[in-house]
Amino acid sequence: MVCAGTGCVSAKCFKIKEALERELKKHDLCEEVQIVMTGCNGFCAQGPIMVVQPEGIFYNMLKEEDIPHLVAEHFLKGRPVKKLMFTPPQEKAPVPLMKDIGFFSKQSLLILRNRGLIDPENIDEYIARNGYAAFSKAVTSMAPDEVIAEIRNSGLRGRGGAGFPTAKKWEHCRHAPGEPKYIICNADEGDPGCFQDRSILEGDPHSVIEGMLIGAYAIGSRHGYIYVRNEYPLAIKRFSTALSQARQYGLLGDDVLGTKFSFDISISRGAGAFVCGESSALMASIEGKIGEPRYKHIHATEKGLWDKPTVLNNVKTWASVPSIIRHGAEWFAKIGTETSKGTMVFSLVGKIKNTGLIEVPMGISLREIIYDIGEGLIGDRKFKAVQTGGPSGGCLPESCLDLPVDYESLTEAGSMMGSGGMIVLDEDNCMVDVARYFLDFLKGESCGKCTACRDGIEAMYECLNDICEGKGKEKDIEMLEELAGAVKDASLCGLGASAPNPVLSTIRYFRDEYDAHIRDKKCPAGVCKALIQYSIDAEKCTGCTLCAKKCPSEAITGERKAKHAIDLEKCIKCGVCREVCKFKAVVVN
Amino acid sequence: MQKLKPEDLGKISERMKGVVNLRDGAYCAKITVHMGTCGIAAGARKVMTALLAVVAEKGNKDVLVTTSGCAGLCGREPMATVELRGEAPVKYGNLDEAKIKEIFDQHVLGKKIVTEYAIGIGSERVS
Ligand SMILES: Cc1cc2nc3c(=O)[nH]c(=O)nc-3n(C[C@H](O)[C@H](O)[C@H](O)COP(=O)(O)O)c2cc1C
Ligand code: SF4
Ligand code: SF4
Repeated sequence: MVCAGTGCVSAKCFKIKEALERELKKHDLCEEVQIVMTGCNGFCAQGPIMVVQPEGIFYNMLKEEDIPHLVAEHFLKGRPVKKLMFTPPQEKAPVPLMKDIGFFSKQSLLILRNRGLIDPENIDEYIARNGYAAFSKAVTSMAPDEVIAEIRNSGLRGRGGAGFPTAKKWEHCRHAPGEPKYIICNADEGDPGCFQDRSILEGDPHSVIEGMLIGAYAIGSRHGYIYVRNEYPLAIKRFSTALSQARQYGLLGDDVLGTKFSFDISISRGAGAFVCGESSALMASIEGKIGEPRYKHIHATEKGLWDKPTVLNNVKTWASVPSIIRHGAEWFAKIGTETSKGTMVFSLVGKIKNTGLIEVPMGISLREIIYDIGEGLIGDRKFKAVQTGGPSGGCLPESCLDLPVDYESLTEAGSMMGSGGMIVLDEDNCMVDVARYFLDFLKGESCGKCTACRDGIEAMYECLNDICEGKGKEKDIEMLEELAGAVKDASLCGLGASAPNPVLSTIRYFRDEYDAHIRDKKCPAGVCKALIQYSIDAEKCTGCTLCAKKCPSEAITGERKAKHAIDLEKCIKCGVCREVCKFKAVVVN
Repeated sequence: MQKLKPEDLGKISERMKGVVNLRDGAYCAKITVHMGTCGIAAGARKVMTALLAVVAEKGNKDVLVTTSGCAGLCGREPMATVELRGEAPVKYGNLDEAKIKEIFDQHVLGKKIVTEYAIGIGSERVS
């Protein structure tokens, strides 16, 4: 088996294959030995690679000249060639191979193709891994319309929010009247717990610059902006370094690469409001105005920044562009599902064993992400829900785990793709409390322009708060649903339009938890303080006195080696006793 | 600096081969410390400082120490990748100053993988 992954192909594995065929023919071995070209083995740095089965002997860094000797020795005489071998089979490494580790093997790196491999502050290392080759190809051998056609055929959709087809935006803007035209990279990333965009800017800033160069050439723009939140100092520093290196090389500025095309990028720092990620608020903020959404009777591709035709795309959208131009639309469209092509980057966080930044092909199931890549929940606790799409996304239960991850499936299920947040929740999370948490966040982030958004989110939050405090009433769920409808319909921007998602999706999938709070005044997960009581199980308590020592309000009493008890009058329900007890003697009910 | 022409990209790529690809260069080992925000927050700077100190102390000129961004498995930061010429790269996780020194002694100088701290061998699949 000869590896024919991208890495080995560039290391000339096909020459190896030809040499093998030639030699096998010479020795009349074609019947007995079959040559198989495989996908990437993950040993790209060691290519070209070949594995001989059934023995599993691994040859690496092969050269064409090695082949006659290898065939004569190994296949004819049955003596594996030691000096060409990688790890002799008997000395199998005790450390697992990357391709056998679930976290890495199910990922498919396209946007993150350079992750961990290059120094982000050295443009030469980016160029060494074919950086700027796609832009060079576009600007020297493709017409702008051809570039747009390539993006259209690839099926690329926006990776920042709604999944709008990227080529459509570019085309509208290209043909819109008015000069100059602007392009913007949205790196606001206001979603709590998300760090995908930050990580790309830190780890591979040139991939975003190259994507923007290609976009600018296709659209006919001479000036671009990147809107980054001020809380991302390292991302800003690395991106600025990348910009000045690109300028020094003449990859930005006038007459880029000696052609007639000119383009440059400025950094605009955002103050870090969630709503500033919304397109019209973001443009207002770049113009130096208050970051509030505007009424969009005319699309930004006609009248955007300073009322000029503007294209706004997310960091991951721009970073996907170079690969599409380099490998072609067809290559990209082969990855993913019917409606969602390519890969998506997620921040995988919450009660999951492997937290981190992952890139997966569209269409992978949530189960594969959580159990194969994430390796399941911390402490092997029971899965309850996965929250996707940022603060205004939704919570999906166990029954949705086999859904393919694509724009349509997630939206249908009551959540969304959003910008790539993914938070895993376990049995200790109360879903009413989770909904309350997100509404609390959104309540603070609403810009307050629309009454429905400003007052509606507040009212929903109050209602959820009452339910958590045991003051829920029978009609509350209906009222929440009604409010949700009103907020959705009467809000100007996506913040209001999607704010009810956390509430609606938890009602849809976890109604029994709402009912338990409202009717039985109980919080099944043991989270809502007003609805729980701590007590000590006499059977399990060993009288170690640890809880009594740690309790901040001295509510626990008991002699050493005797059963302890909690004074409910004094207990402030902080849960410290439950955390410290090594014998699981403190229980919530 | 000279402004590039399209054909210069290939030349830079050729010149950089020795750094990006060990087999084409003068280095016999490359150590990459992953320094994204996650790594730095977990203590990657200290690991880097300790590593630079031990390399300087031993005076190894053919060891390349470099940085890169987040390696993805943020929960296991600080992370570093050690690659010896002719061998597959090894990823190490949950590092501190003492561990990186041990890895330098055992793996880079002694050519033996420190299995205790190693996460995996090989590289990731790039589509
Ligand atoms: C309240 C709100 C916040 C948003 N925040 C972001 C953000 O942080 N990053 C982002 O790329 N898009 C964000 N968006 C989506 C943008 O409005 C816009 O659709 C997106 O940047 C377009 O890029 P794309 O087509 O590449 O996805 C947000 C939208 C809303 C309504
Ligand atoms: S929907 Fe909310 S955030 Fe959006 S413009 Fe209206 S008030 Fe502001
Ligand atoms: S910590 Fe647990 S075992 Fe120890 S006294 Fe408290 S309840 Fe009993």
